[in-house]
Amino acid sequence: MIPFLFIGFAVLLVASSLMVILHRNPVTSALFLVLAFCSLAGIYLLLHAEFVGLVQVIVYAGAIMVLFLFVIMYMNLQKDEESGLQSALRRALGWLLGALLAAEAWMLVRGRWAPGPVAPQTLAPPAGNTQQVGLALYSRYLFPFEITSMLLLVAMVGVIVIARGRAAAARDAAARDGGEGGTP
Amino acid sequence: MAALIANPDAQFVFWALLKIVVILGAMLGVVSYLIYAERKIAGHIQARVGPNRVGPLGLLQPIADVLKLFFKEEFIPDDANKVIFHIAPILAVLPALVTFSVVPIGPNFIVTDINVGLLLFLAMSSLGVYSITLAGWSSNNKYALIGGLRSSAQMISYELAMGLSTIGVLLLAGSLSLLDIVHAQERMWFVVYQPVAFVIFMITAFAETNRAPFDLPEAEAELVAGFHTEYSSMKFGMFFLGEFMNVIAICSIAVTLFLGGWNGPWLPEPLKFLWFFAKLGVLLFFFIWVRWTYPRLRYDQLMHFGWKVLLPLALANVVLTGAGLYWVGTRS
Repeated sequence: MIPFLFIGFAVLLVASSLMVILHRNPVTSALFLVLAFCSLAGIYLLLHAEFVGLVQVIVYAGAIMVLFLFVIMYMNLQKDEESGLQSALRRALGWLLGALLAAEAWMLVRGRWAPGPVAPQTLAPPAGNTQQVGLALYSRYLFPFEITSMLLLVAMVGVIVIARGRAAAARDAAARDGGEGGTP
Repeated sequence: MAALIANPDAQFVFWALLKIVVILGAMLGVVSYLIYAERKIAGHIQARVGPNRVGPLGLLQPIADVLKLFFKEEFIPDDANKVIFHIAPILAVLPALVTFSVVPIGPNFIVTDINVGLLLFLAMSSLGVYSITLAGWSSNNKYALIGGLRSSAQMISYELAMGLSTIGVLLLAGSLSLLDIVHAQERMWFVVYQPVAFVIFMITAFAETNRAPFDLPEAEAELVAGFHTEYSSMKFGMFFLGEFMNVIAICSIAVTLFLGGWNGPWLPEPLKFLWFFAKLGVLLFFFIWVRWTYPRLRYDQLMHFGWKVLLPLALANVVLTGAGLYWVGTRS
């Protein structure tokens, strides 16, 4: 049964990823990205990585994509207006990178492949998925983990300073103008 | 055929499907009578009688309501984004239904016990934002858009406090599986050890289900009907259904996490699920009672309360619980 489920999720994942880049409407693209995240979570579940799978849904589909969707919807994004030169440059770059990718794929496919174990044997006892992730994060990977959280904190403080700074500057300017006898 | 019946995979799928069908049927019935209960209780709170014309005591009123919804004219605005307009009501019901798959109703009545059951509930409640946001945006109506906008901001803000308030329970139970959490409460309900977390969870539950006093996405006085202004007929019914399903789902999770699930005295093992339903009934009554008692918050008060009161309180609760468990651990 598991191979069938895997094929189902994989087809859904590839199809929705393709729709993300092929669809014209930015909101629809974002929704297909949510579908792609959910099918990826399904594949994680099949690999017995329950914690990673559901955190994938909570963090990406539940939080980050909502914010993306928010921006796309309320900015009312249309098609990018761009000059012919930009478009030509981008097209050239696209062909170049596509050719590179095709060459890589050809190299990979040409190599010899032997059927091996589909998935590695379960590393952790099946019940201790969350515990295993936690133990790894707080012992072996403690330093990178803490560095990442510091980085995020700094980014958050920076964003607040920038956003508030602009508003506060505007307010100050308005107050100064008002103090000097009013704006025209 | 005999081989198929003996196959354990097939047996598992069969029993899971049977339980799903039972739960779905039960939930649809419960939802329609929850709406009846809400109208009846609201009537008595406001010194009225409530529905009493259709059938004895008005008991057939839900059936009449549903029939009416089905026969209403279906209306789609001209400039609406048709596909998303159709998908949004479906997304309103789906997450609540998925949540029921991990709720342990009785000792032997749970569709599936996965070891990250609580995360599944949090994931589904975070997906609930989509239905309202998409409904508001795709209707191409400014009131609906403002309703959707408010709802996404509100649900994202209160989700954090809700997630943090459950961490105290996780620390006590040492597991994310809802079945293990219920087993850990055999001697004492977690609400005794985690009263603050329970209060935070219930408040955020009101916000997550968009019920009064947090029903800003559909504040009638300012937004007509909020995100479902343009919806009619059974599509409107789906939003209604989704709201009540979410209320039942979130109350079931509250019963499981804080009120001991099916644990209770006197009843023999096979009837323990009655305790679950009794506790669920009390919480549902509480939801309705609050709705008809408290006025709606203002939008800035709502945001202020979520970010500056509930979130720090939930964080402090996590730290205190951790410290307490450490202290108990070093003493014994």
